[in-house]
Amino acid sequence: MAKGIKILTEHINTPGIETFEVYKKSGGYAAVEKVIKKMTPEEVVEEVKKSGVRGRGGAGFPMGMKWSFLAKPEGVPRYLVCNADESEPGTFKDHFLMKSIPHLLIEGMIVSSFALGAHKSFIYVRGELMYVIRILEKAIEEAKAAGYLGKNILGSGYDLELVVQPGGGAYICGEETALLESLEGKRGNPRNKPPFPAVKGLYQSPTVVNNVESIANTPWIINNGGDAYAALGIGRSTGTKLISASGHIKNPGVYEIELGLPVEEFLYSDEFLGGIRDGHHLKAVVAGGSSVPILPANLFLKTANGEDRLMSYESLSDGGFASGTMLGSGGFIAMDETTCIVRNTWNFSRFYHHESCGQCSPCREGTGWMEKVLHRIEHGHGNMRDIDLLVDVAKKIEGNTICPLGDAAAWPVASAIRHFRDEFEWHVKYPKEATMKGAVYVKEEVLV
Amino acid sequence: MDTPQLIKVTIDGQEVHVPVGTTIMEAARQIGPDVAPPAMCYYKPLKGSGGKCRACLVKVSQGSEKDPRPMPKLVASCITGAQDGMVVENFTSPEVVEARKGVVEFLLLNHPLDCPVCDQAGECHLQDFAFENGVGTTRYEEERRTFEPENLGDNIQLHMNRCVLCYRCVYTADQITDKRVHGVMYRGDHAEISTYINNVIENDFSGNVIDVCPVGALTDKTYRFKSRVWFSKPVDAHRDCDKCCGKVNLWYKGDEVIRVTARKNQWGEVEDFICNSCRFDSKKTADWVIEGPTKVKRASVISANKYPKNEIKKPAFALDYAAHNFKKINDDRPYYKNLKEVKGSEDYKALMEQNAEFFPKETSKK
Ligand SMILES: Cc1cc2nc3c(=O)[nH]c(=O)nc-3n(C[C@H](O)[C@H](O)[C@H](O)COP(=O)(O)O)c2cc1C
Repeated sequence: MAKGIKILTEHINTPGIETFEVYKKSGGYAAVEKVIKKMTPEEVVEEVKKSGVRGRGGAGFPMGMKWSFLAKPEGVPRYLVCNADESEPGTFKDHFLMKSIPHLLIEGMIVSSFALGAHKSFIYVRGELMYVIRILEKAIEEAKAAGYLGKNILGSGYDLELVVQPGGGAYICGEETALLESLEGKRGNPRNKPPFPAVKGLYQSPTVVNNVESIANTPWIINNGGDAYAALGIGRSTGTKLISASGHIKNPGVYEIELGLPVEEFLYSDEFLGGIRDGHHLKAVVAGGSSVPILPANLFLKTANGEDRLMSYESLSDGGFASGTMLGSGGFIAMDETTCIVRNTWNFSRFYHHESCGQCSPCREGTGWMEKVLHRIEHGHGNMRDIDLLVDVAKKIEGNTICPLGDAAAWPVASAIRHFRDEFEWHVKYPKEATMKGAVYVKEEVLV
Repeated sequence: MDTPQLIKVTIDGQEVHVPVGTTIMEAARQIGPDVAPPAMCYYKPLKGSGGKCRACLVKVSQGSEKDPRPMPKLVASCITGAQDGMVVENFTSPEVVEARKGVVEFLLLNHPLDCPVCDQAGECHLQDFAFENGVGTTRYEEERRTFEPENLGDNIQLHMNRCVLCYRCVYTADQITDKRVHGVMYRGDHAEISTYINNVIENDFSGNVIDVCPVGALTDKTYRFKSRVWFSKPVDAHRDCDKCCGKVNLWYKGDEVIRVTARKNQWGEVEDFICNSCRFDSKKTADWVIEGPTKVKRASVISANKYPKNEIKKPAFALDYAAHNFKKINDDRPYYKNLKEVKGSEDYKALMEQNAEFFPKETSKK
């Protein structure tokens, strides 16, 4: 397969691609025609299974497998819900995709809903993105007018209604069960699992929740076949992935990469990030959005065994949490030597403290505690005990909460101390220096 | 067949057979209090409760007979279904004990620890939970979170600072009162139980939120500061009530009924919810038919002062322990013998006079 293949962003620069006409002219809605006229829902699920595409919302769960778990009791409606709540610091790919090429998501929603036998599907969009919601609603109107949505789609007898629902602007509502609660009009608290959404989801009916990017992949998979998709990428990381890159790099932005791209190439080639800004060195990377463990530059480029790291689920997590991280949602944040890791960790912590729903005690109390201790260390009032305290608090949150927000809050703190402990100690030992404006502790060995 | 299908669960080495669909918590409770995990939010009578406080985390070291793999994380026993052949470690797992210590610490983090002025002290689940599962010190140096006081009316006192956000009162209001006007506002550690635009909680069964509250966040305003619970005597009583079962506990101080509550089982759960007329408006002995003293757990502080001295038997093991570990003091030592002599001596008197300022004069007791 050609290098640099684009599945999601091929037509993204075509003028007018946000309109139905231009999208259709560029080959859009072919997948809808194909599934509706020539395929059974089971065949669609089979193709998606074959593609090996994994959920792009963070956890990386195989999408086809999730679909095949969907319970199908008689006489109960099934729902597809698209998770467009994207609120993870560092991740902004879904936003970009929806505003640039809204019909791709709409087409994916139709294909996926058909596969799952859903007649009413939802796109739950982060509340701050009002303008994107309008774009999507316009696209839905256009698709409806053209007969691709609504009653009796393309004369097949298949009905589908698409609803765009704005969220209230809460990160926690990106967690799938909190999202469902919110969609039902309740407070966005994650549910206890089991039951999983596949059995009891929206309105207690079987439901699939998928990320925007996951769903946007389905038209290509239908048009080209699951095998063609599976041929892309590396190992169990099939296909392409959108990476939203930010931080101290020359070309920040959203990139579609084929999974398996060497990290070094992604970071330094002009086609992608173009390297670290001039005169600076890479210090640390958060590879998949603020929730994943931070890695020092040297460990990011090479695994603990000295192998080159690749942009794939497996390679990034090589070494476990001791020396690896996760691909997560693809929020790539590069930090050069001017970045204070303590301050950055405090800032992440502040976010999780603010966003915890407050339902279960470890997360509710622990996130606030970690933030306060980090605030103290960052502002020159820490002591050595505090560093181990943070590690212990993170450990007591991790794995003990209702939803993974607890883990997401614990990992950045635990990993920052794991890899940058001397920087925390420096803050404690030399509070005066550490709190001077612009002062940063740098250890040469980790820079690249 | 009438007999329901039973599955075998092993908890802390003890086997129990329970019907399919039983949670680990309920299975453990069947074995008894020694293996039952603590619960701060789970409340059997309230549908949907549980999973939040994480006090009842246990380790599943064998998933089931069919699939013996252990569960990767600790699970909340109150919401996790037992499987046939499941092996659960509760108090026997160091991992669980450690995690639970963490939960105690988290729950106490922002708790004001104002037990000395709290009406719940003595029947507080957080006190018990912390005493039995926590450590004696805190590592929290930050300022504790506080809330603005809010008035819920004449009957119910809300002390939000003490709340552990178990959501029991919310479920209670949802499930047994006809109008819920309170719920959880805000999120994270600023989440609070509150009413929408300063409503008063007012309906026939609202008082039950007091009984379900595991801490002193919701207390009976008509009983506020009247007594410590261990100075009052609970009595089982009933009356004909057209709204509720009318079965209650009356709490006496002397001849006066100072409080009426619903009856609770050994897990601290209400047996039958009662109405506000019984709870707040029927505080005369004449209103009730007395059944007899309420059974109080021997370990409970409520039982203090309620047993005649000659009936209290020290457990044999404690005497053995003491005999084993402590030497008897030999009172023949010269110091004790001479104490009187010394106190009477001139030297001693002079010394006391010199340092009089440090020894306030003994006031004669009446
Ligand atoms: C706190 C939290 C926030 C999340 N936010 C998002 C989000 O904004 N968008 C998203 O797609 N998935 C998010 N997820 C993951 C979802 O729970 C879910 O796994 C995902 O939507 C499934 O879709 P996928 O299988 O296509 O990835 C979040 C998870 C957690 C725990």
